[in-house]
Amino acid sequence: MKPRQQRIALIVGGLAVLGIAAVLVLNALRSNLEFSITPTQVASGEAPKDRVFRVGGMVKEGSLAREADGVTVRFVVTDTAREMTVNYKGILPDLFKEGKGVVAQGKLGADGVFVASEVLAKHDENYMPPEAAHALDEASRRAVNEQAAQSLKQ
Amino acid sequence: MSNGLLNWFKYASPQSFYPLAGKMIPWFWALAAIFGVVGLYIGFFVAPTDAQQGEGYRIIFLHVPAAWMSMFIYLVMAFWAAIGLIYKTRLSGMMATALAPTGAMFTFLALWTGAFWGKPMWGAWWVWDARLTSELILFFLYVGFIALQAAIDDPRRADKAGAILALVGVVNIPIIYFSVKWWNTLHQGASVSLTKAPSMAQTMLWGMLVCALAFWMYAIAVALMRVRGIILERERNTEWVRQELAR
Repeated sequence: MKPRQQRIALIVGGLAVLGIAAVLVLNALRSNLEFSITPTQVASGEAPKDRVFRVGGMVKEGSLAREADGVTVRFVVTDTAREMTVNYKGILPDLFKEGKGVVAQGKLGADGVFVASEVLAKHDENYMPPEAAHALDEASRRAVNEQAAQSLKQ
Repeated sequence: MSNGLLNWFKYASPQSFYPLAGKMIPWFWALAAIFGVVGLYIGFFVAPTDAQQGEGYRIIFLHVPAAWMSMFIYLVMAFWAAIGLIYKTRLSGMMATALAPTGAMFTFLALWTGAFWGKPMWGAWWVWDARLTSELILFFLYVGFIALQAAIDDPRRADKAGAILALVGVVNIPIIYFSVKWWNTLHQGASVSLTKAPSMAQTMLWGMLVCALAFWMYAIAVALMRVRGIILERERNTEWVRQELAR
């Protein structure tokens, strides 16, 4: 091999080794790199005990309730399989909405209610004008209605 | 074929690349200005309001192009670093050195605009999720590259050390890009990717792409200006530089 080819081999080989090392390290750290865990993971006991962690999912439709003091809210986070109740005292971010993504940080209480110290809204990667969003909503509602009509007929 | 190859080698010498770069710079500035004006006009006046985020989403026209360029410039920098190590061409190392500050600037811009976006939308300036953390590491890589090269007096050795650092750091780029896919992050997934149709309205997408072109042209223009400066500095003891400066 000419010296130049040796250098090419060295660089390609070095990058390959580095890449494999990175994959192995990231795989080993997998659970530590997750920003939040799902209610299903919490239900199966993957949540740390007595330690702060983050739980993420969708805010269940119709679950948001404000308590008498006016600043404490209660809502249900769901990943469609499991759900858990979150209690939070503070100001919710603007994008916090029922049916949208949310990440709550806090501790799991003994009664199974998650007491959050911080609530973050997670928005999705879809960008569209309000009219388009409205049209999509209408379409999905119509589809649901049609399904309901179908099942009534049967 | 052989003619084409000869031409490329000709411009690999700093002496012949210097005037060529000088000729190209005004064109890239002009393109950057045109794309910048058109892109920002589309972004601020043509693109519709977003259904979820309202007017606040418009920071996307700076944030996404800056983030794209921060990764792309690193890849180009690593490419030149590798070419410099393999072929021992002087100009390659200078190109890598010239790109680093622009890459660092775009990385900082992506982090900064991201913080301004995160506060109103998520409710936090900063979170340690995989996307944000790996982008911060990219910033440190750029700064480390600049600092390492500045700490070594001999330019050839500085090029070599910088090149190795740049190549080692390349593993971070796929980590940044795929972080939103591999792990749960607070940062949303990609709206634009090579594998699926973009999930954003047409005019928004166009505004973003044209702004990205503007950033790209700007990056080329400033990198060429910087590489001209580096060429003059490193070749200052040669006859042609003396003649060039005497003009």
